[in-house]
Amino acid sequence: MADKYLELVNSGFTKKLAKTLGLPRPAILRRYAPGAALLPGPVLLLGDSAEAQGVADTLLGWGLDVRRHAAGGEKLGGIILLLDELRAPGELSAPMLAAAGALRDLAPGARIVSFSRPAMESDAPAVAAVRQGIDGAIRSLGRELRGGATANGIVLGPKATATAPSALAALHFLLSGRSAYVDGQFLHIETTDGTLPADFDKPLAGKVAVVTGAARGIGAAIAHTLHRDGATIVLVDVPSAGDALAAVANEVTGTALQLDVTRADAGAKIIEHALARHGRLDIVIHNAGITRDKLLANMDAARWDSVIAVNLASQLAMNEAFLAAKLPGLRIVSLASTSGIAGNRGQTNYAASKGGVIGMVRASAPDFAANGGGINAVAPGFIETEMTAKIPVATRAVARMLMPSLMQGGLPGDVAEAIGFLASDAAAGINGSTLRVCGQSMVGA
Amino acid sequence: MSDKSPAIRPAVIIGGNRIPFARSNGAYSKASNQDMLTAALDGLIARFGLQGQRIGAVAAGAVLKHSKDFNLVRECVLGTSLSAHTPAYDVQMACATGMEAIGSLANKIKLGQIDSGIGGGVDTTSDAPIAVSEGLREMLMELNRARSTGAKLKALSKFRPRDLAPNAPGTGEPRTGLSMGDHQAITTKAWNITREAQDELALASHKNLAAAYERNFFDDLITPFAGVAQDTNMRADSTLEKLASLKPAFGKNLGAEATMTAGNSTPLTDGASTVLLGSEEYARANDLPMLANFVDFEAAAVDFVHGAEGLLMAPTHAVARILERNNLTLQDFDFYEIHEAFAGTVLSTLAAWEDADFCKNKLGLDAALGSIDRTKLNVNGSSLAAGHPFAATGGRIVATLAKMLHEKGSGRGLVSVCAAGGQGVVAIVEAR
Repeated sequence: MADKYLELVNSGFTKKLAKTLGLPRPAILRRYAPGAALLPGPVLLLGDSAEAQGVADTLLGWGLDVRRHAAGGEKLGGIILLLDELRAPGELSAPMLAAAGALRDLAPGARIVSFSRPAMESDAPAVAAVRQGIDGAIRSLGRELRGGATANGIVLGPKATATAPSALAALHFLLSGRSAYVDGQFLHIETTDGTLPADFDKPLAGKVAVVTGAARGIGAAIAHTLHRDGATIVLVDVPSAGDALAAVANEVTGTALQLDVTRADAGAKIIEHALARHGRLDIVIHNAGITRDKLLANMDAARWDSVIAVNLASQLAMNEAFLAAKLPGLRIVSLASTSGIAGNRGQTNYAASKGGVIGMVRASAPDFAANGGGINAVAPGFIETEMTAKIPVATRAVARMLMPSLMQGGLPGDVAEAIGFLASDAAAGINGSTLRVCGQSMVGA
Repeated sequence: MSDKSPAIRPAVIIGGNRIPFARSNGAYSKASNQDMLTAALDGLIARFGLQGQRIGAVAAGAVLKHSKDFNLVRECVLGTSLSAHTPAYDVQMACATGMEAIGSLANKIKLGQIDSGIGGGVDTTSDAPIAVSEGLREMLMELNRARSTGAKLKALSKFRPRDLAPNAPGTGEPRTGLSMGDHQAITTKAWNITREAQDELALASHKNLAAAYERNFFDDLITPFAGVAQDTNMRADSTLEKLASLKPAFGKNLGAEATMTAGNSTPLTDGASTVLLGSEEYARANDLPMLANFVDFEAAAVDFVHGAEGLLMAPTHAVARILERNNLTLQDFDFYEIHEAFAGTVLSTLAAWEDADFCKNKLGLDAALGSIDRTKLNVNGSSLAAGHPFAATGGRIVATLAKMLHEKGSGRGLVSVCAAGGQGVVAIVEAR
């Protein structure tokens, strides 16, 4: 499954050769490992905002060197753009050009993160214009960065501030190696809810998390990542995948629950198992999913209905059970897909289910918030799994290199990191949203 | 000297796990006993979150075992994520291996010697040990002892080509030379068990097992292995007509009176099973379910060599004794799990309990033990459908019965397992 091309263009003679020939050279991404530094160098904090000092203090508290002006001649780990107080398009010039001067000093794996406000219908036209403009500027910047660097934004809703727990948690996530394959995306902070973890290496300490479809691929990676972050894992998959499920369960010292999530009592079984065996249920990751690809002209009822049943209807039914049980603070993360946003040839059924997930989490957010919890989705792009390994070599090479800004496919762990973040208490101010983990694929928004 | 022995405490059945059973020389033909028992343990560990735990003891065994597997169960434990400090030992009591392993662990829990235990068994006739001939073995041993070249050559000179013929293990009784099926055929005829009755029992076994799968009963009792998710011997679509069409396989010397076929006898099967037991304190401390209590078990043996009793009738004697000890009647049970070595075995056992002469003269009782409600017999299928990997059958039955009793929420179950050598083990399990 390893991307041989990625290795070759980043080492030894073949690296030189690729440079000489002008071949695309995807970078080796800076991924998270427990205890690793948050950034590969000092962070440059640009823009005027009442929150600047608070953000700077937080960054210092995270062990980062903070610069308010580019000194030049020093490699920077990242740039933070405080754009939340801009009122007119002309005001975007100064901070963007200040950032421009520092771009060539960015270290490999650097991060650019903006803070801004959402453009709303109630805004004055000039205010809305600059706010929406930031969106385009940051996404474009993401496409210009090299060396595995990324640009993302944090959008502060009317009730949120830059130092709200979820805004700072989002900042920490976007600066860290956990967001390696998140690029050109915006995290929307709705409220000041949430608490930052006592230990950013164990943000899920003491939590009990259920992962469906945990026997292999992205589900297994989610189980490993959530366990690494401190959670106790209940691993769910269909009985016929029980042996693979048991193997993953034993690796992450969790418990295996052989269960078809399309069963009417699936939600009740999950609650019963989690409460009886682990005393609580804090997190559910709706990961179980199937593909039954066919052009719509060749589609049959079995293919269409089974994909909707597993990928969407099961989640709706289980969520009803979770809501009825009034589990305090329950956080749910569902697996959507970029196919559900941009569409994908041969996947009308799959895209219906995954687009459906995005709509479901948006509409379910108030209900989960009522119990102090939340529900969000993660939409993976091209991820290197057993499933995508079966795509013909040439198609796969195009999919992983030409489409995303990062010129490579993501790893299951990249998706799992985003899920872990959204599942944490620190993300309590984020609700009803869908975060893409796609390396800024051309596909979709 | 004061009596410091602790009070007897309940031994609780927490749950079980087995791999699907597969007909011999089929899906598991490349799997060893160690592979299968390890897989069954892995599934149990995953189901109950036992990773890193030191279990009080793991007791299991195999009937057909390679000599290199002398420490089979300990080797399996070392291949799992259980704590390396978990003791393990091999048990061997023919087809009652699993019952003996589970029963002895339950006793240790009751006495407070251990807090938790895993019992079970495994067998394969696909990867059975094949021994060299006695002649070749003697020659090789002499060669090993020889010091001089001359002595070595002398040893080698004793080799004869016929010595190359290997000895495969059989299911024949060493003292009678009769296969188990031919032994049962004698018993089946003695109790006048009809072909139809045997075929009906076999059909019910398949139908009951299939229905149990259909209602997801085995979701938390079985973990797939080697691409197999259901017992491969199960024939959900079997009919009495199909079973009636089969030719007799055992007791062929009985001619037209032979009634035992491949359909109403268990096939050679590969598989493994495990059961997790513990004290109430252990179960509570680890937030584990308590399905049933393993109340008591009893072994019996009969003199089949001289024809005084049928080879597989020992459980009739064991049941008489365990009922008396527990002050129960044969009718005081909600479920009966009588291992279907052969349909004839189950029916002969039931007939014997109904027979006043047998119960008086053989079991030493005042009257017949009586009939049982047949709707309570092997309600989720038994060995005729699931198959019978000798040592693994006890674990299959105990875990299945414990779950059935827990689902019902009350009541009592009787287990009866016959074994080669004229032996058998029976047990009483109570719901909780």
